Amino acid sequence: MTTNGLLQIALYLAALLLLAKPLGSFMARVHQGQRTWLHPLLGPVERWIYRLLGIDPSQEMGWKHYTLAVLLFSIAGMALLYALQRLQGFLPLNPQGFGAVSPDSSFNTAASFLTNTNWQGYGGESTMSYLTQMLGMTVQNFLSPAVGMAVLVAFIRGLARPTASAIGNFWVDLTRSLLYILLPLSLLLALILVSQGVVQNLSPYATATLVQPLVDAQGNPVLQQTLPLGPAASQVAIKQLGSNGGGFFNVNSAHPFENPTPLSNFLEMLAILLIPAALCYTFGRMVGDTRQGWALMAAMTVVFVAMIAVSYAAEAAGNPRLASLGIDQTATALAPGGNMEGKELRFGVASTALWAAVTTAGSNGAVNAMHDSLTPLGGMVTMVLMQLGEVIFGGVGSGLYGMLAFVLVAVFVSGLMVGRTPEYLGKKIEAYEIKMASLLILIMPITVLGLTALGVVTAAGKASIFNPGPHGFSEVFYAFTSMGNNNGSAFAGLAANTPFYNLLGGLAMLISRFWLIVPTLALAGSLVRKKRVESSAGTLPTHTPLFIGWLVVIVLLVGALNFLPALALGPIVEHLLLAM
Amino acid sequence: MVTLSSSSSHPRKPAGSRGPLLRRAVVDAFRKLNPRWMIRNPVMFVVEVGSIAATALWLQALLGRGEAPTGFIGAVALWLWFTVLFANFSEALAEGRGKAQADALRRTRQETQTKKLRQPRRDAAVDLVSSTALRQGDVFLVEAGDIIPADGEVIEGVASVDESAVTGESAPVIRESGGDRSAVTGGTRLLSDWLLIRVTANPGEGFLDRMIGMIEGAKRQKTPNEIALNILLAAFTIIFLVVCITLLPFSLYSVEAAGQGAPVTITVLVALLVCLIPTTIGGLLSAIGIAGMDRMIQRNVIAMSGRAVEAAGDVDVLLLDKTGTITLGNRQAVAFTPVSGVDARELAEAAQLASLADETPEGRSIVVLAKEQFGLRGRAVAPGSEHPEGLHFVPFSAQTRISGVDVDGVSIRKGAPDTMLTLIQQAGRAVPAELRAGIDAIARSGGTPLVVARNGDPLGVIHLKDIVKGGINERFAHLRKMGIKTVMITGDNPLTAAAIAAEAGVDDFLAQATPEAKLQLIREYQAGGRLVAMTGDGTNDAPALAQADVAVAMNTGTQPAREAANMIDLDSNPTKLIEIVEIGKQLLMTRGSLTTFSISNDVAKYFAIIPAAFASTYPALGALNFMGLSTPQSAILSAVIFNALVIIALVPLALRGVPYRAVGAAQLLRDNLLIYGLGGLVTPFIGIKLIDMALTALGLA
Repeated sequence: MTTNGLLQIALYLAALLLLAKPLGSFMARVHQGQRTWLHPLLGPVERWIYRLLGIDPSQEMGWKHYTLAVLLFSIAGMALLYALQRLQGFLPLNPQGFGAVSPDSSFNTAASFLTNTNWQGYGGESTMSYLTQMLGMTVQNFLSPAVGMAVLVAFIRGLARPTASAIGNFWVDLTRSLLYILLPLSLLLALILVSQGVVQNLSPYATATLVQPLVDAQGNPVLQQTLPLGPAASQVAIKQLGSNGGGFFNVNSAHPFENPTPLSNFLEMLAILLIPAALCYTFGRMVGDTRQGWALMAAMTVVFVAMIAVSYAAEAAGNPRLASLGIDQTATALAPGGNMEGKELRFGVASTALWAAVTTAGSNGAVNAMHDSLTPLGGMVTMVLMQLGEVIFGGVGSGLYGMLAFVLVAVFVSGLMVGRTPEYLGKKIEAYEIKMASLLILIMPITVLGLTALGVVTAAGKASIFNPGPHGFSEVFYAFTSMGNNNGSAFAGLAANTPFYNLLGGLAMLISRFWLIVPTLALAGSLVRKKRVESSAGTLPTHTPLFIGWLVVIVLLVGALNFLPALALGPIVEHLLLAM
Repeated sequence: MVTLSSSSSHPRKPAGSRGPLLRRAVVDAFRKLNPRWMIRNPVMFVVEVGSIAATALWLQALLGRGEAPTGFIGAVALWLWFTVLFANFSEALAEGRGKAQADALRRTRQETQTKKLRQPRRDAAVDLVSSTALRQGDVFLVEAGDIIPADGEVIEGVASVDESAVTGESAPVIRESGGDRSAVTGGTRLLSDWLLIRVTANPGEGFLDRMIGMIEGAKRQKTPNEIALNILLAAFTIIFLVVCITLLPFSLYSVEAAGQGAPVTITVLVALLVCLIPTTIGGLLSAIGIAGMDRMIQRNVIAMSGRAVEAAGDVDVLLLDKTGTITLGNRQAVAFTPVSGVDARELAEAAQLASLADETPEGRSIVVLAKEQFGLRGRAVAPGSEHPEGLHFVPFSAQTRISGVDVDGVSIRKGAPDTMLTLIQQAGRAVPAELRAGIDAIARSGGTPLVVARNGDPLGVIHLKDIVKGGINERFAHLRKMGIKTVMITGDNPLTAAAIAAEAGVDDFLAQATPEAKLQLIREYQAGGRLVAMTGDGTNDAPALAQADVAVAMNTGTQPAREAANMIDLDSNPTKLIEIVEIGKQLLMTRGSLTTFSISNDVAKYFAIIPAAFASTYPALGALNFMGLSTPQSAILSAVIFNALVIIALVPLALRGVPYRAVGAAQLLRDNLLIYGLGGLVTPFIGIKLIDMALTALGLA
């Protein structure tokens, strides 16, 4: 580890935490229907949208109505995205003349972008037309985080409102998330990215003559290279901000046209966790006690920092097998040192280790290096961060409502321990809440472990594994962990664009998104009906360091206990074998 | 009706000695293996299924086709059965204590001949019928020595009753018609006189029957928190089931990938599953609930439902009657304040004379004070005895609120200031300003003024003072730390109430309380999101008792009060509420703490079992075996044995409950997390290592 590397990580954390309050309080104002400085400009647009779509913004919904709206909206979005891929050959803005995407891949991709996963079994520049990218991917990149945010806001209302029945209007929450938060932020980020050299055009791919000609596998000289272009900056901005992660190009943010400079790298990383972190503050504001928001953010930060520490230490230490071959992996002024395999030279070890942690913590899935080439422990960190249920910041909205399910369990057990019927923010946590919170925690490990088991015993699953030994197991395990948690990052080393992985993965993504949204909204519906219990000295405070620590333990225990045996057969044994 | 003699608690001794109790529990532990019974507890049901599977594998091994050494499978199967049996034993033991008590109660329930009356009159014709033939509304007669055959309401007569069968208190109590002491309980015995009683409960529905039902747990329903906890435990069980099932394909792939070793055996997977699912809390959960009810019974409180016991832990407002709870039942005279021109001795003499026949504690205290201060000896005047010549006593009445004596043409009266002032004015005398000042001064200090007049001439004021119970201040401070607000309920005027409230250290008070005001106050607190507990005994308390979240009726109370409450205190001790709250909290704390213990145990079990399970495929995983367990088989067996033994080791804690201390919630959590969280993390590492060493030393590993 180098001072420079540690400073980069510290700078990142500082910037993230500093931005949480201003953005968080802005989002709280937006979702509470208060005026912001953007209202003079966007207020009329908002009202115009409601008029056009016939929405009465004062008409609030109960949880069942809200859920129905979310599901119908999502089904429509999925159908549109599927159709676009299948029909792109007949549609305009297709300069490369790409044909229809296969049915299983189209299903997988539609499920993937709809669920904010952005798992990509395909290579963007060689598969999707500009129209599909813009109207399909980019639109879902905006809509899926907006849906996540709307569900979160509805859930917060369930906690904040005493004895009510309505949890908000889905169309209003969706519109406001898009109009005041996602669109302005991504416009700003896209402009900055363009300034750094991220491409933004509708031109056909360019051809460049190589300065240093290469020789291909057959011994023929290669003199020219095709440079893929397109409207990348606009998609990259929302891909980061909306915890999407689906790259415009196949190698995602490792590609110089998506992520050209250390500054663009820093901003893209910041954009991944910006909204999820700030939503903690929004939560605190909306429930009327900002300490509660800071407490959740503290719990997330504690786990996050610990994970980065492991990841950076493992990557900086390098590969012992290489060391035994006499390869110098120490950091010097001229060499980054450590494990540089699969990493971009312009980012180095620290930025890559940090990005790997950020993108798996944040349910984003964009990569600036190939996770397959991380050290076993570095790779394990990315898996663990996803397996905790994407609650360490997590996706936009989904991260926080996932974390709140853990909070309910933590409150329940610790509430019993102080001798009272457990309550959170004055709402009693009873059998129904525990049932829903259990579902929220239960579904993910069942999906991930079940599908991984299928992947490693069926011939169709095993056929896609490139690497021998425990690493092959890690690849399948990673793929289903990523899809089963709506992360979307890939370990690589697995031929995932097969009907087997496309169909099962698509299923995993839909389950982990919607089977979680429904119980979350049911929880909101149950909580909103409860009266708010006055707190006293006998009430468990949920903002103290003690409770934060307990929450961290619950998140780690539940996450680690479920996946420890599988991790032992993958990255842990890989690490132990590496050192032998 | 609250009396001083009932303010001490008589813990009910668990009936039956230890030996038979344990034997019975062991037998019941086996009887409960019936799957139809086990399914009620999903966690232990999974263990039972696992035990059956392991036994089947052992039988297969005996036939020579075992997946692992026969001895190993057999040992695992045996200890899995022990795990189930230990859990059943804990439940049976908790139930056993109640059963023994219920048997003792049932013995008082024998059938008797009853004198049923044709008309509700003492002299009506009597039919001798069996006690089981009595129905609600029937009227019967009981005489000295008879067992009261059913719950009822006294409609005529006064008698002393031995209620020790129900309350455990041997001192007889008075039961009489009208007022707040009219309820009688079936199974109690009349010691003297006779009573006419109207039956209020059909056979099998009486108080004693309900009590037996509660103690036996026959009608035990899971409490709300217990249900929620069961759901969480079931969720954990499902997750670990999936973890263990998927481990087989993972292992198959790993064997293929590593090119060595054998896949994990079913025996090991079953062992891992049982170790991972929360068996510690799952096995003890039911015992904890039964033991919580039992602790109530030992303190002579009968809870009508487990829900009420749990709610007691959540209470944050206690409504306490001033009299009997905060102050001693009666006021005492502490000073004579004469008006000018009257000697203090003269006032004392007059007051004493007026109080000679006054048998109330207040009247007695006036006689005593006069004797102490001025050496005046009260003439022996006992009620009912022949009055000394010329003395004519005027008894106290609620209408006039005055009492006194007429002697030799002199009339001495004492009474409440407002009626006494009217009396003085009616006699044509002026009320001196200093008398009013004296009255006000006493009232402001929290005392009760009694004005004394002779032939209409005001003599002065007697200061009666409420005596706040010793140590009550500390108890309220204690409650405050628990986050519970205390509210004093009194019929006194606000001035007096405020002074006593300040002296006793309660947080708030309700003065000049009427039943309606009480009900209103409870509703207000509940609307503000608080849980209210109160005690009551009178019929006029019934609406408030019905409204309160936790309502404790005194056993001496009226039938309506006992019907409206969800707990009955057999000792009729109003301060018992504080203990009830603590028991409620203990119940929840024990569940929470053992859940934490159970879950944190899993970490160590993983470190024991994972390296052992894959020892042949990936020997490198041996690096995780930092406990240094001798062989893979002994590692797995040690974890299973630890898992079973820890249930037995925690039975005493489950039955006794995690001790509650009145500190803030934050400190309570910290302490319990240290003990049960950290303890739960560390203990199994030590325990499994020790068992492994023992197995190795015995050559069983």
